[in-house]
Amino acid sequence: MRGWAIAVHGGAGVDPCLPAVRQEEARRVLSRCLKKGAAALQAGLTAVDVVEMVVRELETDPVFNSGRGSALTRRGTVEMEASIMDGRGRRCGAVSGLSTVKNPVSLARLVMDRSPHSYLVFDGAEEFAREQGVEMVDNSYFITEENVGMLKLAKEANSIMFDYRVPIPGVDSCSASAGLMGATAEGGLQMNGLPISMYAPETVGCVVVDNNGWCAAATSTGGLMNKMSGRIGDSPLIGSGTYACDVCAVSCTGEGEAIIRSTLARDVAALMEYKGLSLQEAVDYAIKERLDEGKAGLIAVSRNGEVAYGFNTVGMFRGSATQDGFMEVGIW
Amino acid sequence: MTSGSYSHQSKSAVRDRRMGWAIALHGGAGDIPLSLPAERRAPREAALRHCLELGVAALKANRPPLDVVELVVRELENSPCFNAGKGSVLTTNGTVEMEACIMDGNTKKCGAVSGLSTVVNAISLARLVMERTPHIYLAFDGAEAFAREQGVETAHSSHFITPENVERLKNAKEAKRVQIDYTQPIKGAIPSSIGDSQIGTVGCVAVDGHGILASATSTGGLVNKMVGRIGDTPIIGAGTYANSYCAVSATGKGESIIQATVARDVAALMEYKGLSLKEAAAYVIERTPKGNVGLVAVSANGEVTMPFNTTGMFRACATEDGYSEIGIWPSGINGDLEYPNK
Repeated sequence: MRGWAIAVHGGAGVDPCLPAVRQEEARRVLSRCLKKGAAALQAGLTAVDVVEMVVRELETDPVFNSGRGSALTRRGTVEMEASIMDGRGRRCGAVSGLSTVKNPVSLARLVMDRSPHSYLVFDGAEEFAREQGVEMVDNSYFITEENVGMLKLAKEANSIMFDYRVPIPGVDSCSASAGLMGATAEGGLQMNGLPISMYAPETVGCVVVDNNGWCAAATSTGGLMNKMSGRIGDSPLIGSGTYACDVCAVSCTGEGEAIIRSTLARDVAALMEYKGLSLQEAVDYAIKERLDEGKAGLIAVSRNGEVAYGFNTVGMFRGSATQDGFMEVGIW
Repeated sequence: MTSGSYSHQSKSAVRDRRMGWAIALHGGAGDIPLSLPAERRAPREAALRHCLELGVAALKANRPPLDVVELVVRELENSPCFNAGKGSVLTTNGTVEMEACIMDGNTKKCGAVSGLSTVVNAISLARLVMERTPHIYLAFDGAEAFAREQGVETAHSSHFITPENVERLKNAKEAKRVQIDYTQPIKGAIPSSIGDSQIGTVGCVAVDGHGILASATSTGGLVNKMVGRIGDTPIIGAGTYANSYCAVSATGKGESIIQATVARDVAALMEYKGLSLKEAAAYVIERTPKGNVGLVAVSANGEVTMPFNTTGMFRACATEDGYSEIGIWPSGINGDLEYPNK
């Protein structure tokens, strides 16, 4: 037994030219959330309580794409989704299509604890939120000015994206030149079909193992910039974006469709459970072998207090801390 | 990516059968009473037989497995006997909210839909999501808008609602009310007393002679479910999964199937633990709480299995070497019908 451990992420797929100020901002938010989670674990809170608390914190901060600061649909609206899983009893709750719930992860928790179901979406989920009396805000609360601009760029880019030789107006020159230098076959770093400079790293997440060796995971997102209305990604899907059992807890981020096809979160656990791999081995194998031509990253903790992460994107906003005093925050 | 697929499979799996096509389908697992009256049983058995024949003919005609599972599930959706498409059960508001999912094992491409109220064949919309959108999963208004954009057949929601399901919802609601007041005796053993398809769902898995696999599942969900409730059916890895090892379609209590990632686990046990299809499926079924789950699965080498831990599961299968079976309860109980070989 190595005690508690916690890891957080703020999305994978980072523009290599992200201004230093923005990098610092992201590191600050990750550190703050880690410290908050670590303090709660010191105080003896359970894993499931800690992941919910930390993800709420990440949702509330507009730096990352979830809750306030969520990516916008084609129609310019916000449709948020989240899930939570308690490794103890493998209980889970998930929500999608939320437009007025301030903290989607807490509604996912209520679905798990207080409904007979594990997954509620759109009007039904909003109705349940009202019934449960969670904090609701106007949809405009979630929409930041920056994201309105991003949506506009994304729409313009999508329409000319099919011919990658056409320079994309308004695209940050650094990543555009990175593309010209042959970073990818498509001629430019991309995530989900968008130039990396206008791709909002999807998703926030947290995984925790508590003092008693119980694991839990939670993930929350605004989804993809310029997504079709009604599109569901990996974040709310148990086994894809989020998974926890008595062996480990995993939260993923990146190209949702690739993560879903790979049932990425469950696979990390299945590799430990069925193939006898260690946590880091399982994470490496899943990223390398299981992710079918997709770009993604994930964080994970095991019941032994190990912590691991992996990604095949340019960067992933992440941090981790363990009971023995180790703490780390990184992007690249 | 798919190389070495067979090297992990146990000898018994390989010994069981030679390579060849195989198909299995289900019309839901649940508390199907052994006393199910003949007038309710016969049409369901006939529908299973009809759908099986349709699938077998398509496989014999060398149709790709993805086409075969879509075709068979469409037919099951069109049958009012099962809880999918026409015959879907009702939400607590008396509406239908259908969901479906399809997956191609070869490419691991997949598509899923939820919250449909006017689309006649949810499974075909799932296929269109897979083939014609950058996404995998569309739900509710967005899915309905996509359906209209694609010009798929839609119908007024009354097309899907059968008198039987209106009655079922009424019973379920009454039962809930009675159960809260424990001073009153519970009248009858509610939904299960008429229960044949209320926990149903339909699904089909198929493999061709080249070991190409596909899986499809479609459902109306749970009687009296909350509006907006999503079950296991549209969730890749839970109700539906296919890769280069096997194709799986699950049915039963959605919440249990989601937490056990039933369909992916059958495949993961083959891939990571080297179990045969039958061993992997039996392991998953045994580990899931009794009364909650059933599944149909085929492997790349043409093995078939249809285990369940519920009272019964409407099911049928056939393989290239001439084996076939149609059943409701565990083999040998209350007259499983032998399906005459052609």
